Amino acid sequence: MASNKAIEVKGISKSYGAVKALDHVSLEVRQGEIFGLIGPDGAGKTTLFKILVTLLNADEGSALVDGLDIVKDYRAIRSRVGYMPGKFSLYPDLTIEENMEFFATLFGVTVEQNYDLVAPIYKQIEPFKKRRAGRLSGGMKQKLALSCALIHKPSVLFLDEPTTGVDAVSRSEFWDMLHNLREQGLSILVSTPYMDEASRCDRIALCNTGHILDIDSPQHMVEKFDGNLYGIKAHDMYALLKDLRNSPEIANCYTAGEYHHLLAKQGFDPDKLRQNLLAQGHAQVEIKTITPDIEDVFIKLLSNEQH
Amino acid sequence: MSSTDYIIQVKDLTKQFGAFTAVDHITFEVHRGEIFGFLGANGAGKTTAMRMLCGLSYPTSGSGTVAGFDVVKQGEKIKRHIGYMSQRFSLYDDLTVMENMELFGGIYGVKSRDLKDRATALLQKLDFSEERDTLVSALPLGWKQKLAFAVATLHRPEIVFLDEPTGGVDPITRRQFWEMIYQAANEGTTIFVTTHYMDEAEYCNRISMMVDGKIKALDTPAQLKKTFNATSMDEVFRILARDAKRNT
Amino acid sequence: MTGFLKFVKKETLHIVRDSRTMLIALLMPVVQILLFGFAISTEVNNVNVAVVVPKWDEQIRQSVNKLSANPYITYKGDINEREIDQYLRSGKVDAIVVFAHDFDRLMAQWKQHGHGKAAMQLVMDASNTNTAQAGAGYLNNILAGELMQSNALVETHMLFNPQMKSAFNFVPGIMGMIFILICAMLTSVAIVREKETGTMDVLLVSPVRPLTIILAKMTPYFILSCINLTTILLLARFVLGIPMTGNLGSIIIVSIVYLMLSLALGLLISTIAKQQIVALLISAAVMLMPIVMLSGMMFPIENMPAVLKPVSAIVPARWYIDAMRRLMIQGASFSLILKDFIILVVMTIALLAIALKNFNDKLE
Repeated sequence: MASNKAIEVKGISKSYGAVKALDHVSLEVRQGEIFGLIGPDGAGKTTLFKILVTLLNADEGSALVDGLDIVKDYRAIRSRVGYMPGKFSLYPDLTIEENMEFFATLFGVTVEQNYDLVAPIYKQIEPFKKRRAGRLSGGMKQKLALSCALIHKPSVLFLDEPTTGVDAVSRSEFWDMLHNLREQGLSILVSTPYMDEASRCDRIALCNTGHILDIDSPQHMVEKFDGNLYGIKAHDMYALLKDLRNSPEIANCYTAGEYHHLLAKQGFDPDKLRQNLLAQGHAQVEIKTITPDIEDVFIKLLSNEQH
Repeated sequence: MSSTDYIIQVKDLTKQFGAFTAVDHITFEVHRGEIFGFLGANGAGKTTAMRMLCGLSYPTSGSGTVAGFDVVKQGEKIKRHIGYMSQRFSLYDDLTVMENMELFGGIYGVKSRDLKDRATALLQKLDFSEERDTLVSALPLGWKQKLAFAVATLHRPEIVFLDEPTGGVDPITRRQFWEMIYQAANEGTTIFVTTHYMDEAEYCNRISMMVDGKIKALDTPAQLKKTFNATSMDEVFRILARDAKRNT
Repeated sequence: MTGFLKFVKKETLHIVRDSRTMLIALLMPVVQILLFGFAISTEVNNVNVAVVVPKWDEQIRQSVNKLSANPYITYKGDINEREIDQYLRSGKVDAIVVFAHDFDRLMAQWKQHGHGKAAMQLVMDASNTNTAQAGAGYLNNILAGELMQSNALVETHMLFNPQMKSAFNFVPGIMGMIFILICAMLTSVAIVREKETGTMDVLLVSPVRPLTIILAKMTPYFILSCINLTTILLLARFVLGIPMTGNLGSIIIVSIVYLMLSLALGLLISTIAKQQIVALLISAAVMLMPIVMLSGMMFPIENMPAVLKPVSAIVPARWYIDAMRRLMIQGASFSLILKDFIILVVMTIALLAIALKNFNDKLE
């Protein structure tokens, strides 16, 4: 039984009719780490969560959560995991305090019993405890939902898109909270569609349409990025993009904000490209080498796959 | 710069709900043909402000024009001359691609002969021609959003309002979407966009940041980063929104 | 146990805070009872009658006097034959009695032979068939009695509901409907709401057994329904004056079985529906319609087409309404409604079994 794995997923598949939501997904979450499941809508994140918290049965494959089998021991798993579904699942007509008490009761504990664990989060919203959950701001709802998911001191925490639709400040605060929880020994599986949150995880799985593209630490994933990436900008960004697409020495090129990103082929010469572009009538051309971020990694993995 | 160079020009625009001031005397301009990012924390008043600009809600006080029409008196006219797309609702799932185009074209008064040509041209441009009779529900999310943008610009509005248009889509599609935005801007359409992705803020020509109902900063992304001595827009945003009182 | 009570407390808070729904749930029975009891009635209290008399004589005068003396009839005077159409069309009268111009001769013939040509004609406004039929019945009775002038006249007695008060019949029907509305509709919506908001996921991913979740959800609605049962019974007895000669204990026991049946139905619906609106529609289409149309609440089962009779047999409300009519109005003993009771109990057990089997602790 003793295992250093908080979650072990082996070849899980799940279909809804003709749609394959999950296609032989395998991954491991170590004790005490924050593992990020990163991918767009339709990647199968929510389905995997529901299978792991024993709400859905997988068509194929097996998984262990906290060393327990998700099929055989599902009842035991239910008292050990904390689960925060995609939408903040709170009762809008109950107050902060009533929500907390109710969720504590659900797991046969009291709020006082595990107050220490939730205190750093709950204290921020406690002054408003008589306010109904429906009248809270997004950030406060998020904190309340997390407090409710933690109140029974779970050993593994499942957070399904906890930061979706929440502004950048609240998102950043939320990740700080998760890091505090990890310090207390909790293992956390968290999903997000925001690629920039990858760096806040210990390890991540990039996933798309039901399968995993790669699993690694975010740093290592960026380090092993194979190819030369440049940032490029000019006065007319749209015309620039069109012209870059016609350059033979460029493998891929896409918008990325202030600079377009371009992935160069072998023998690419930035100076030559600048000359060409200026000759084509572009002004204020600027090219620089850049280190890829997770989005670049994702795009590369995805376009490799599509070819 | 003459006032006709501004597609949006508002002064002291304010919206109160009872004692609560959702939007508090905002004053700003949007240039014709620019991509304007409208950012803010949850509850900062973005949505309320946008509703006033789109002619969906009357300001409590203040004045301004959108696409040449008065935001106080000509809400109906504004509605006809702008495009609007939101993540929450864009297209009817149970209608086909073409039926959606016909519907929205019709709503905005595009003549049926023009409509057919424009729709066909748009579908061609998007490489969607084969999907013209496909139900929208059968399309992948990314396609839907691109299509929704196309539908929102079918009547060739001078300005398009995009309310979190790229939520939940994969990075490739997100980039393709921004390419469409660039293209539209290139053709002279003004883009007014809200987003939660701070890296998307960098795509915009200029950005405004709303905090507690007020516009706290408005400039180009590069200038904002310089002013706040930050490396990313995310950081700028956090510096600005840190002291927000509304979102505890 | 305290866990269960906390659960019930939470459900109660949901109900109490949704004050509009709660108000509707508590006031609906009162409004319906009063509405059916007073405003909407199918019995005919007042028929406006005019007569056409070509030639007055003593016999006609007596008949007309009888008419005008009847409490349910308002005599509007005699009119010209040509005015018949206009009087009926304008709604001035509901019925017109036209006496034959040779009335005395025809009557004499009747008296002599016991048969003959009709001596009078009844012209009715039949745009409302209910009123027309009832009105025709009254007038026939009065006039035929007058005509025959004999003791051989068949005397009709209306039993149990001497004035044929429709409220008496409607009260059990309203009960059958309201309990379904509150127990089944509100319960199913409450359960499905949790599915919609995602809180059901969290509830299921907790050590709490699904049965506990369900029982806790049902308890406040059960209590709400018991309050309604009390209101209805009090209103029926003291406002409508229904005699309630039957055993009160029997009424309550049968009602409680029906409440449980309704709760089971609500649970079953909640296992099928994924959205509140679907739950609402199923409740309305699958339960309310059959109750109104097939339970005997509005239309007597005996008059139903043969194909519909077996269908009405599976509508639980039919048996409940039947039992309530017998207990409340006829004062029947429990043994007489035993059949209804057993059917209800069996239905409850069957529904509960299906519902619990369907409500598993996974989402599939």
